[in-house]
Amino acid sequence: MEKVINLNMPSSSDGMSRIDGRLKVTGAAKYSAEYTVEGLTYGVLVGSTITNGTITSMDTKAAEHAPGVLAVVTHLNAPKVPGFQPDPSKPAPKKGPLKIFDDNKIVYNGQPIALVIADTYERALYGASLVKAQYNKEPHQTSLQESIGKGYPPHGDGLYKRGTEDAWKLAPFKVEQEYIVSTNTHNPMELHAIIARWDADDKLTVWDKTQGVKATQNDVARLFKIPVHNVQVNSKFVGGAFGSALRTWPHEVAAIVGAKVVKRPVKLVLSRADMFTSVGYRPYTWQKIAIGATADGKLTGITHEAYGQTSAYENFTEGTVRVSLNTYACPNVNTKYNLVSLNVGTPTWMRGPGEATGAFALESALDELSYDLKLDPIELRLRNYAEVDPESGKPYSSKFLNEAYQMGADHIGWKERKQEPGAVKKDGWFVGYGMGGGMFGAYRDGATVKATMMTDGRLILQTAVSDIGPGTGTAMVLIAAEKMGIPADKITFENGESDLPDAPMQGGSGTTSSVGSAVHDACAELKQKFQKLIGNGDTDNPDYVQVLKQHNLPLLEVTTKSNGGDERKNYSMNSWSVHFVRVLVNAATGVVKIDKVASVADSGHIVSPKTARSQVVGGAIGGIGMALMEESIIDHRYGRYINNNFADYHVPVNADIPQIDALFVNKPDPYINPMGAKGMAEIALIGMAAAVANAVYNASGKRVRELPITPDKVMA
Amino acid sequence: MKQFQYLRPATQQAVLDVINKPGTKIIAGGTNLVDLMKRGVATPDKLVDINHLPLKNITITKTGLHIGALALNSVVSENDLVAKKQPLLAMALKAGASPQLRNMATVGGNMMQRTRCGYFYDTTMPCNKRVPGSGCGAYEGVNRMHAIFGGSEQCIAVHPSDMCVSLAALDAEVIIAGKKGERRLPFTEFHRLPGDHPEMDNQLTAGELIIGVEIPDNNFSKNSYYLKVRDRQSYAFALVSVAAALDIENGIIQHARLAMGGVAHKPWRLFDAERSLIGKPASEDNFKQAAQLAMQGAKGYGYNSFKLKLGPATIAEALKHAAGLV
Repeated sequence: MEKVINLNMPSSSDGMSRIDGRLKVTGAAKYSAEYTVEGLTYGVLVGSTITNGTITSMDTKAAEHAPGVLAVVTHLNAPKVPGFQPDPSKPAPKKGPLKIFDDNKIVYNGQPIALVIADTYERALYGASLVKAQYNKEPHQTSLQESIGKGYPPHGDGLYKRGTEDAWKLAPFKVEQEYIVSTNTHNPMELHAIIARWDADDKLTVWDKTQGVKATQNDVARLFKIPVHNVQVNSKFVGGAFGSALRTWPHEVAAIVGAKVVKRPVKLVLSRADMFTSVGYRPYTWQKIAIGATADGKLTGITHEAYGQTSAYENFTEGTVRVSLNTYACPNVNTKYNLVSLNVGTPTWMRGPGEATGAFALESALDELSYDLKLDPIELRLRNYAEVDPESGKPYSSKFLNEAYQMGADHIGWKERKQEPGAVKKDGWFVGYGMGGGMFGAYRDGATVKATMMTDGRLILQTAVSDIGPGTGTAMVLIAAEKMGIPADKITFENGESDLPDAPMQGGSGTTSSVGSAVHDACAELKQKFQKLIGNGDTDNPDYVQVLKQHNLPLLEVTTKSNGGDERKNYSMNSWSVHFVRVLVNAATGVVKIDKVASVADSGHIVSPKTARSQVVGGAIGGIGMALMEESIIDHRYGRYINNNFADYHVPVNADIPQIDALFVNKPDPYINPMGAKGMAEIALIGMAAAVANAVYNASGKRVRELPITPDKVMA
Repeated sequence: MKQFQYLRPATQQAVLDVINKPGTKIIAGGTNLVDLMKRGVATPDKLVDINHLPLKNITITKTGLHIGALALNSVVSENDLVAKKQPLLAMALKAGASPQLRNMATVGGNMMQRTRCGYFYDTTMPCNKRVPGSGCGAYEGVNRMHAIFGGSEQCIAVHPSDMCVSLAALDAEVIIAGKKGERRLPFTEFHRLPGDHPEMDNQLTAGELIIGVEIPDNNFSKNSYYLKVRDRQSYAFALVSVAAALDIENGIIQHARLAMGGVAHKPWRLFDAERSLIGKPASEDNFKQAAQLAMQGAKGYGYNSFKLKLGPATIAEALKHAAGLV
């Protein structure tokens, strides 16, 4: 008998397993650094030891003479990257990506100043230790708190208003508080890595960790002024990224430049310490939020201010304050978003990007308000439930968040929660419950998929999209299997190479929607082609092998682009989540233990239950890390990270994580795409940190407004 | 990493013949030393591998329990004799590092591990322990993990071990071999305070080798507890840890042993607090009083000042667990 999967709460054994799971656990999956390339050399970066200033001289002699060292590339000898040079026909941009090895300026500590290339990794590493630089040091600033007065709006005046400004002030119930999200570093298990090989003066192949081979291909072609089709980017497997591989970084340029210098392929794998200074991070952000409400819990006004850190050379912006515009029905909202330019590397999107930061403030403040109102936090949210998009006034394409609240509350045992903080104590531990919600736009971009049916009955799907671990390939195979009416094990998914059909970057929770639609449409078109051949449009699932044989065809293929239509204009499309957490807080030591988690996603139809579950579990763990322990710490006197390793930068370990139950509303969105599926990567994390903080308060009466919630803050 | 020569002398005597030369370091599990070498903090010319020496045994002696210096942390933590006679040691070991590290780390190596102070590991930062006279990065820096007892202006680093905290509490002795023969040192005297020479972690002199530790028999096995407060539940160093051992007869404390980790340059034995408990009932109030007494002389440096409050809370909590009151 076929097993019935409970899609409201799939277990770890429900649904089809990850198609590349076996390859990954046996080590057969090849990641970018693992390719064997003839004549390979190894590069190691040297980082600056000052935080602001200029390099006055460099001593590279000892490194150059060290055994096996082939070259030491610095700003003094690096071939110019064409794309870094100013375009005389245009005004020089004030800000832009870091131009590695282009000049002697230092704008952050750890900024790469040299690339040592040797015949082995060990020799390159030793060579790198011998590179010495002299600097002219200038004063630096790495603390957002100390420079908040220098904040500036990245666009226009950085202000937004709906309704009356600061309406919260007139409300009978109000909360005004400040919240801090510390710098988090993505720290995927796989280090960022690239192998760069010049095949000709204007022809390049790279094996690179990237969330978008096409984007990398375009960036590299532009930077080195070579034809796009002469750049081959391969990224077959990516060992996690969480946003860190959403753009082309200086180390990728360095490896390509280095390969030019030594006229051999160069492999460059970042060290764990390099990961803190080279590939972005979730920026330290200070927020102030004020919420006003009537006595019966109707929101009257939200004022939300945020200052996020960015580098001295680029503006990085994210949707931190956006959560206050559109998560709840509230007539009056005004926001202010500023950046603070510091001597740090540029941040980048990290899972749930600005929404996760903003939701920590909004969902914490709502929780605080609920205690003032003596109102259940779920009830408070239900009283301000947005039936239409509060910002655009458009109807939602689908929204079942109220069902999600109910599912999560039932599952965690919310009725056991006491409204009075610190009311339940068991064996020296306070017990408390908290919840927090998340919301993220549900996207669909254009994508192209090639589908080929072979005479042996195999269906091959091809598209350039990266699969950084959410189970994209698995979901694509399931979509094709259903559409074609063939078993999943007959379907092969090929991806992560730039010569495959175009697909968007894997980011913003959009892949299943975008590429899945293209798989769906390609399969539909391919099936139609078969039906045309046999002249019978009614045959739902033709015998593909039989048809190919009858018509003496080696294969039948289609390449289909899928864009979606005007539905986006008519509807507001979003995914929602709500996280429920039960925590134990040690009354004596302030240690917080997560006791139970129920995360509910309202993200449309669930295409792949098993990998969807994994994704929600992973997001919850990421959120627990953000809530309880993750913090990249700079000693501002020096401007250097002091915990840039896995012993001191804490991510959760198994002992920190209890059973996490993933629940899905699993109701299709009728408009977004043919599958009715919406993204869930971001919402799996957004709101989680607040759920933990709210549970800690409910347990202990201690409100922690600065992440992470370490024992010292709880017992303070 | 600087190139080095690797030596593997066949016998203990042969090891002793080579380790007194400058630039020579002993390697056992290497769980800390290899990191130090990768970071350029330790730059030995010669590494002397001692893993093959017959120093792995855990045996009962006339007066106590002998543990060879090369016994693995994982093996000791699972050993039946240890579980029966010195459960506090097993608990402390299991609170340390991760299973993977415990599978490599040895008892002697655990004692010899160096501080995890971030300023010590970053060769671009000042650190008197790494480069005497260069200053202390932590003193006015991010010193959340640092000492509240026994620090000096030169250094406020802490010894990172959990195992050592329990051995200090249990009155263990360190057995050291040198060219002139063996000597024994109380465990509490093995590690030193930084003073003006933070570059010296302990009393081991050039040419000496730890060959084992011995824990005298005691009546603590029923009432022992190791409580470690940390930022995550495994693989994190202690913010504060407490080894508590009580000998209770008819509800009255006959003997008490208390030591703290994460608070000093060495395992910090709380002699005064121990004495204050003798002859008293094992009660929460008495534990809290002892905990307050234990904090005399403690000093916070800013980021770590929370330890002044967390310290006594953890002592009292550990004692409650040891006494079975939790």
